[in-house]
Amino acid sequence: MSTPPRTGEAGPAFDVEAIRADFPALHQEVKGRPLAYLDNGATSQKPRAVIEALRDYYEQDNSNVHRGVHTLSERATAAYEGTREKVRSFLNAADSREIVFARGTTEAINLVANSFVRPRLGEGDEIVISHMEHHSNIVPWQLLCEQTGAKLRVVPIDDDGVLEIDEYLAMLGPRTRFVSMTHVANSLGTVNPVREIIEAAHAEGAPVMLDAAQSVPHIATDVQALGCDFLAFSAHKVLGPTGIGVLHGKMEHLEAMAPWQAGGDMILAVTFEKTTWNAVPYRFEAGTPNIADTIAMGVGLDYLRGLGLDRVAAFEHDLLAYATERLGAIPGVRIFGNAPDKSSILSFAIEGVHAHDVGTILDSEGVAVRTGHHCTMPVMARFEVPAMARASLAFYNTRADIDALAGGVEKVREVFRLNR
Amino acid sequence: MHDLRELYEEVILDHNRSPRNFGRRPAECNRTAHGHNPLCGDQVEVSMTFRGGVIEDISFSGEGCAISTASASLMTQALKGRSGEEAQSLFDAMHAVLVNDEPPDLERLGKLGALLGVKDFPMRVKCATLPWHTMGAALAGRDTPVTTE
Repeated sequence: MSTPPRTGEAGPAFDVEAIRADFPALHQEVKGRPLAYLDNGATSQKPRAVIEALRDYYEQDNSNVHRGVHTLSERATAAYEGTREKVRSFLNAADSREIVFARGTTEAINLVANSFVRPRLGEGDEIVISHMEHHSNIVPWQLLCEQTGAKLRVVPIDDDGVLEIDEYLAMLGPRTRFVSMTHVANSLGTVNPVREIIEAAHAEGAPVMLDAAQSVPHIATDVQALGCDFLAFSAHKVLGPTGIGVLHGKMEHLEAMAPWQAGGDMILAVTFEKTTWNAVPYRFEAGTPNIADTIAMGVGLDYLRGLGLDRVAAFEHDLLAYATERLGAIPGVRIFGNAPDKSSILSFAIEGVHAHDVGTILDSEGVAVRTGHHCTMPVMARFEVPAMARASLAFYNTRADIDALAGGVEKVREVFRLNR
Repeated sequence: MHDLRELYEEVILDHNRSPRNFGRRPAECNRTAHGHNPLCGDQVEVSMTFRGGVIEDISFSGEGCAISTASASLMTQALKGRSGEEAQSLFDAMHAVLVNDEPPDLERLGKLGALLGVKDFPMRVKCATLPWHTMGAALAGRDTPVTTE
């Protein structure tokens, strides 16, 4: 399947074997077993089209963008700026100038924290996040609060890992300056009610940023329907290369923001007396950008759109239900995150066994999962565990991968003599 | 599977299930150090009564994987009653075997030989060495947290 099927309601059935053929890294043995790659929340594997886009760029079009008048530079610029339009279309943004390329979700959040929120923040003002955030959506706000005397408010989560929405609504008020919330929680899989979150914040005049790193690969994202003020995701979690990602910001906000990093490409005119900033989005893209990876990111998004995100979501939902059932049936397995609305992530612990031992034994069975605190130490504290094991699914995973995972968990029990 | 059995051999599982010298600090404890591998979350505190150049008593606490727990447990057993020099020398011997991949002197290592299976799991060596580095810090009277990541 070199060309992904076109999207459409009456598209062909989801042919996972044909899809897997597009992902070279999936076809290997680990420790003598077929690889079951279940660490997609950390990074996805890449389809051949993305890998080829990187090679093609360097073999054919490599040159700098926005400067040269020669043919290669024209081609590189067209592909680079063409990707901005692809991302606009993927997110259904109103204008391609609302798409800022950043190194990833982390950099995008830091950009918004420093360029948008900082100048609007004073002592006693409040920023609202949730207890289920990734460290990258905690620490930038913490730093900002320390530096400005503002206060960080944290919306609690319940035992199922669901946001306590009433607490959130009660937290909003005239001091709320900004809300930054994850769409899908990376260690719990919880899908947050982002429409409601955004509407409530807007009613208090507070803009909202969505950390969409874990949602963009799994849930169709429409920034106009969501109404979010900012949204960020990383390419490498959605079939693209590492080192590149996207910040979407509403035009009115981006226009009002000063640059964060300064250098070439972000200026219109420089004298030693005064520098005039370039227009949005170039104002936020100082220096020669990550051209090849940006273009390859667009190819990855095309691939995903070709599959159809609704079909991807339905397939993954079915697989997650199967995985939850299989692991839930094994004695001593505790699953973290039981939100009614959940996406692609299954975190668990085996009673009496540390997550790292689980990870090592699963690896010996060819099963790749993440173990540790998943950059969500407050979530670990909330559930009173030092670490969790996390299986995170993608549309190219199969029931055979889940069976390998369940078999690996049984192996852990055997190695640790838990069956006696 | 063969390597896995060596990693999680009976002695390791036993010391993980029932760690020795675990929990309470020794009476008259005068040396304590903390070890923390933030990426994996392993935390260990090693405490000892060190008098006249001898580790009279030693204990550990914290939480970690089977490898770090068993390593700490076996370490405390091996070091109780030893001189500071002997402890340092055994630490160096463990380090040489686990990190520098030197051939082990099994007779000298005794029960600590159970930890050698970790050599085939490079990502896990830091788990086994954390308690030892923490012990080294306690012996030297350093109170800055130790890490092996």
